Amino acid sequence: MLKRVHFKPSVLPYLLVAPQIFVTIVFFIWPAGQALFQSVLVQDPFGLSTKFVWLDNFVALFKDSRYLDTFGRTIFFSFSVAALSMVSALALAAMADRVVRFATTYRTLLIWPYAVAPIVAGALWMFMFDPTLGIIAYMLDGFGYEWNHRLNGGQAMLLVIIAAAWKQVSYNFLFFLAGMQAIPKSMYEAAAIDGAGPARRFWTITFPLISPTTFFLLVINVVYAFFETFGIIHAITKGGPGNATEILVFKVYNDGFIGLDLGGSAAQSVILMFIVIALTVIQFRYIERRVEY
Amino acid sequence: MVENRPIATFVSHLVILLGIALVAFPIWVTFVAASHTELRVNQVPMPLVPGDQFWVNLKAAFTEGVGNAKEQSIGIMLFNSMVMALMIAVGKIAISLLSAFAIVYFRFPFRMGFFWMIFITLMLPVEVRILPTFEVVADFGMLNNYFGLSIPLIASATATFMFRQVFLTVPDEMLEAARIDGAGPMRFFKDILVPLSRTNIAALFVILFIYGWNQYLWPLLVTTDKDMYTIVMGIKQMLEAAEESPEWHLIMMTTLLAMLPPVIVVVTMQKLFVRGLTETEK
Repeated sequence: MLKRVHFKPSVLPYLLVAPQIFVTIVFFIWPAGQALFQSVLVQDPFGLSTKFVWLDNFVALFKDSRYLDTFGRTIFFSFSVAALSMVSALALAAMADRVVRFATTYRTLLIWPYAVAPIVAGALWMFMFDPTLGIIAYMLDGFGYEWNHRLNGGQAMLLVIIAAAWKQVSYNFLFFLAGMQAIPKSMYEAAAIDGAGPARRFWTITFPLISPTTFFLLVINVVYAFFETFGIIHAITKGGPGNATEILVFKVYNDGFIGLDLGGSAAQSVILMFIVIALTVIQFRYIERRVEY
Repeated sequence: MVENRPIATFVSHLVILLGIALVAFPIWVTFVAASHTELRVNQVPMPLVPGDQFWVNLKAAFTEGVGNAKEQSIGIMLFNSMVMALMIAVGKIAISLLSAFAIVYFRFPFRMGFFWMIFITLMLPVEVRILPTFEVVADFGMLNNYFGLSIPLIASATATFMFRQVFLTVPDEMLEAARIDGAGPMRFFKDILVPLSRTNIAALFVILFIYGWNQYLWPLLVTTDKDMYTIVMGIKQMLEAAEESPEWHLIMMTTLLAMLPPVIVVVTMQKLFVRGLTETEK
């Protein structure tokens, strides 16, 4: 943590940490404190007076079936995104680990979606699935399946899941591939001599040995789906139709900036904060020590 | 390769190529749409081979503007995105280098307090403190300028941790030698620590540039002035306008322009990118 040899004590270290600490306090800790503070207040509609109401805002939230639906929806959305992108990335990584030729070229061609902004990813998928123009909507129509994510909530959800997973495949691919390449080749050779085929080797050697990576990626993907998919949803569905694709972060934004319900929005922020803290603790407690890169 | 199985190898290549095709398909469609006339793009079914209007559309996107975004030029939006991305990347790296230096090389009261304070930022993404942060920025009069766009995002726990790790691997003898030669702390920092962390700085820069360029929610909140819009926000405006006048050929052209800079950075600096990703786990 600390060097054995130091510089002499002076004001210098304070000056060095000052910019970071200033930004942290002013833009992180103070606003978070404000959110905590506002979450226990109720403001009248004209913003003239505020009243301290203990945990009423939270109680109201958990009694609100719409909020609970949003909660469940967010969990469904996050795990679907994680599952879809991780399974596709795992398949691709397993194949890429086998081939020797073109390996670098393949990697280059698979990693770039990471660089695409969520809102841009949203625009791309929205265009392809546009009910009147979209090429995929047209193809589906050819098969006799009517696609209209502007009216059909289930289809809207599917579309945002696909778009969000698409963007995350490259990240998962890189980590799975790194995990697989760290497995000693002698294990596979020993298994092959014992007569295990590629599929068997994958399930009995590769899969168990990359499980720390899998767990790490699961946490990262859930965090991603919770907090970084705002742009995708805002572009494609704006939370609709109805509330079919409204996730927690989207609701905080909607209630706070559009609906101007400060107390309710702050209470939701606080709940989100606890979710982030829980996920961060999981990440540091259970992952850091077991996964090595 | 453990054994020679030509069929299995063939299947592997096939699956990867299929995966690449699936991953790239949206971009192909975008590119094709950006290379046709408005009339052709709005005809069902959409074409799947590029047309000959690519350069015409490129010019139109820059000179005429698109949809709601008619009044502001795409050039300005690209410029704003570039400034924001660079300010965020350079700012994060600079303040993180300095604070990691202080935390590793000095013993002073509240050292660990500062460290935990920085750690906490990890748990407070913009999304969970939207409203109050917006109020702070508004009070500072930082709406609609580059500082408001970038400064609230530049605290970085991951970058600080990474530099801390790097500095901890620097042998103590370096410092002793520097001290014998009469170098002060800042001299040591500038001439030894920064050069030693060059690759880490570059790797981090790649990741942070992408992070900065792709910011969406934050610019959406703090900019109301059209001259401050970033390209990523501009796309949203265009999508909204598309419901009335579907100028998809120009929208898709702008989309291509918006994703080009970060994609070029990732593809050309692939080694640094992978390194940055695994080091910061972000």
